[in-house]
Amino acid sequence: MRFIPHTDEDVATMLEAIGAPSLEALFACVPEKLRLDRPLALPAAASEQEVLAELRALAERNAHAGSHAWFLGAGTYAHFVPSAIDALASRAEFATSYTPYQPEVSQGTLQAIFEWQSMMCALTGLEVSNASLYDGASATAEAALMAMRLTRRSKVVLSGGVHPHTREVLRTYLDGLGGEISTAPRGADGRTAGLVGCVDDATACVILQQPAFLGAIEDVAAAARAARAHGAVLVVTTSEALSLAFLRSPGALGADIACGEAQSFGVPMSFGGPHLGFLAARGAHVRQMPGRLVGQTVDARGRRGFVLTLSTREQHIRRERATSNICTNQGLCLLRATIYLALLGRRGLRELARLNHAKAEYAKSLVRRTPGLALPLAAPTFHEFVVGVPGPAEAALARALDAGLVAGLDLAPHAPELGPALLVCTTELARREDIDRLVRVLAGRSA
Amino acid sequence: MSDPRERVQAVGNATTSLAFEEALLFERSRPGRRGADLPAPDVPDVDPAASLPADWLRDDLEGLPELSEPEVVRHFTRLSTWNYAVDLGLYPLGSCTMKYNPKLNEAAAQLPGFALGHPLQPVALSQGILQLMYELERHLAEISGMDRVTLQPAAGAQGELAGIMMIRAYHEHRGERRDKILIPDSAHGTNPASAALNGYHTIPVPSGPDGLIHPAAVAERMTPDVAGLMVTNPNTLGLFEEHLVEIAEIVHSRGGLVYGDGANLNALLGVARPGDLGIDVMHFNLHKTFSTPHGGGGPGAGPVGVKNLLAPHLPVPMVRKLEAAEGQGFVLDYEFPHSIGRLHGNLGNVGMLVRAFAYVRSLGPDGLRRCAEMAVLNANYVRARLRRSYAVPYDRPVMHECVLSDRSFEGAGVTTLDVAKRLIDYGYHPPTVYFPLIVPGALMIEPTESESLEGLDRFCEALLAIAEEAREDPEHVKGAPHSTRLSRLDETRAARKPVLRWQPDPDPS
Repeated sequence: MRFIPHTDEDVATMLEAIGAPSLEALFACVPEKLRLDRPLALPAAASEQEVLAELRALAERNAHAGSHAWFLGAGTYAHFVPSAIDALASRAEFATSYTPYQPEVSQGTLQAIFEWQSMMCALTGLEVSNASLYDGASATAEAALMAMRLTRRSKVVLSGGVHPHTREVLRTYLDGLGGEISTAPRGADGRTAGLVGCVDDATACVILQQPAFLGAIEDVAAAARAARAHGAVLVVTTSEALSLAFLRSPGALGADIACGEAQSFGVPMSFGGPHLGFLAARGAHVRQMPGRLVGQTVDARGRRGFVLTLSTREQHIRRERATSNICTNQGLCLLRATIYLALLGRRGLRELARLNHAKAEYAKSLVRRTPGLALPLAAPTFHEFVVGVPGPAEAALARALDAGLVAGLDLAPHAPELGPALLVCTTELARREDIDRLVRVLAGRSA
Repeated sequence: MSDPRERVQAVGNATTSLAFEEALLFERSRPGRRGADLPAPDVPDVDPAASLPADWLRDDLEGLPELSEPEVVRHFTRLSTWNYAVDLGLYPLGSCTMKYNPKLNEAAAQLPGFALGHPLQPVALSQGILQLMYELERHLAEISGMDRVTLQPAAGAQGELAGIMMIRAYHEHRGERRDKILIPDSAHGTNPASAALNGYHTIPVPSGPDGLIHPAAVAERMTPDVAGLMVTNPNTLGLFEEHLVEIAEIVHSRGGLVYGDGANLNALLGVARPGDLGIDVMHFNLHKTFSTPHGGGGPGAGPVGVKNLLAPHLPVPMVRKLEAAEGQGFVLDYEFPHSIGRLHGNLGNVGMLVRAFAYVRSLGPDGLRRCAEMAVLNANYVRARLRRSYAVPYDRPVMHECVLSDRSFEGAGVTTLDVAKRLIDYGYHPPTVYFPLIVPGALMIEPTESESLEGLDRFCEALLAIAEEAREDPEHVKGAPHSTRLSRLDETRAARKPVLRWQPDPDPS
């Protein structure tokens, strides 16, 4: 057993020091009748070489963004990950350390979190950012709970463009606390319509997803006015954090809380996790925030350092009155994103966002000109949009797959009223020739 | 007495070394530098203002730094040198199970077929990962004695939340209104917080003088409005809850259910199964028992096992193997009409599942049992070596961890925090401190099975040396750590005047 150092001699020495006659005797506190009287029915141990071969065989049975040209997004995005991120994030000092409760031996993690918080404040236009939540969906649910605490109200109004999975997670989280959810309809152009009519004096918050699940860029300022008119909190959530480098910040447009998914910042898709939930808010709301916060302080000799702070909000201090039960969060994903933002930087991130947008505009221009294809939603988009296809969407996906393309998400379960349609995403990984092929294949022509 | 520095050199685990200074990213930033390049555009550039109002668009990302790649690499490499880590040495945090994280797990999770897969790609294109998840579910069920396991929760606390949601769904489905949960006073803080998120009031159950929960204490509180009991076994004192079966019978006989906090499952692997002890629902911490790295605060994964009576309430989707008549392979199953719903935007922290699967396959049934045996051996060895120099509030054989306290240093004014900080000078991360709450000044040590005899000896010698220092030179202990880049940090100041971000123009106040 290569992970366990004990020799038989070591075991004998230790048993003697303890005063126990045998290993079995160490388990005397487990009543005999409760002990497992057989080996666990699991496959026998395998060597490193064998386990890796087994896992490689399983991995090879999955398609992935390296095996196909990739146009599927819908909340999880295939972006290029600079090599420095894997190199740095796999350093054992980051990967095999615990939550930084002991600041004197955790300054590396703590400073990185402080840098993350600072950059997320800059991106969201808000004053406080936490040190991550599990994913965009649970971050949105935590934002709703935070708004309920801030307003002492229990109604939550969702924009028509909240991701269907986020909507489900919200329902799961709010159910135990009597939260009521209603949804404003989606207008003909893809943007949320009629938000004003859904908000009233019992509304805790409006949750607006930006861009909407089907790609439309929403009017944040209008949502802020609708929320503010009734004293409700505006939560802007995103499943594509890169859009924060494209659009004016939620905070500047009137959001009180910005949250969502930052997987795009250097975190691999990994079949949906681990990803990176984020949450930022106005400074006045900090005491109701969920999750960890790192703050700056000084050591005994006055030198700058960082510590976990305002932990009286948290479960290990406040127990049943905590703002959340979250403990372990997504630390190493946060580190990856911090490195990503440092590398891309002030100019690179904007250029990347603009390139993603330009790829989508190019694809849309081809779709517009291609008989049989349509753009059913007129609202402006970032890098993801709906394409109406001739015949069943499933058949279009199958045609694309034959040509080596994963073309997008079949919208039949989510927006059947659009007819056969796909949600298609173009990141910087989408090459022009792949976009050209995609459009041809979706239209029913040969690749 | 000898010079404290000499003593550290004699038994310590570290020496003073190059200690690098490193500014914040923003302070290193210089306009015009960049650390990433983009491919030359192969599509026409588009002015976003052509389709969007100009005031909806971002015109600058002030607040993000401008650095070259080598500067970024040095920055984070230097930061990394300020961290303690399992790969540097023994990490005795109690209830955290800081065992070795096998490198194989990382290699497996980084295979493109796992790392680059998309959660919404058609299941026909995801058969490898679905098979892995299907098999991992079965392995965890066998290890714990549960019937089904959801892999969706992203961490132990989300697992607890899911488990308590299922208990609530179970009672609601039976038309019962129960609004209280029993929680022992030695429980992790996540337990009451998870119960509260379900709208439950929490009723504390006091531990007995032997550190265990006693049936009478539960029976007295197990009224018809109580939905269930949350219990950690072994508990946070490292003690096996010897009366658990009887306690579970009391809870069950009055219509309640028993939740098992699986944080300390490492002690039981292959020895006993929570499902055989009366637990109805429990979470696993894959980042503790199943060796996935803790990452400086996650990501973890918190699968939840249930007995069949709770299976209808499992979160969706689950992975299902097709029956022979349906064809071959695996699908995502949403057919749980009484499900609590979805907890995660996707399928959970799948990358961590890959690592845990690799671990279970590497150890097999004998290796897992060996983990429990060596973890328990190590904890009892540490206790045996320290019990004459440190107060041991519940002085009896333990399982995977032992709890000491600072009571023996009361006269010298040395506290648990001082001991913890002084241990850093000897080259160790401190143990968990001031928890469980029922032990004032607790020092909770979980050495895990990864540590060798001589490694434990050196660790114990460091703690023994500190005990001696506490009596002979208490001021030196109280000023610790002395060897780190920064000395003790002012946490009160951080909370009183919070500075939670760097700003281009910081407020001069």
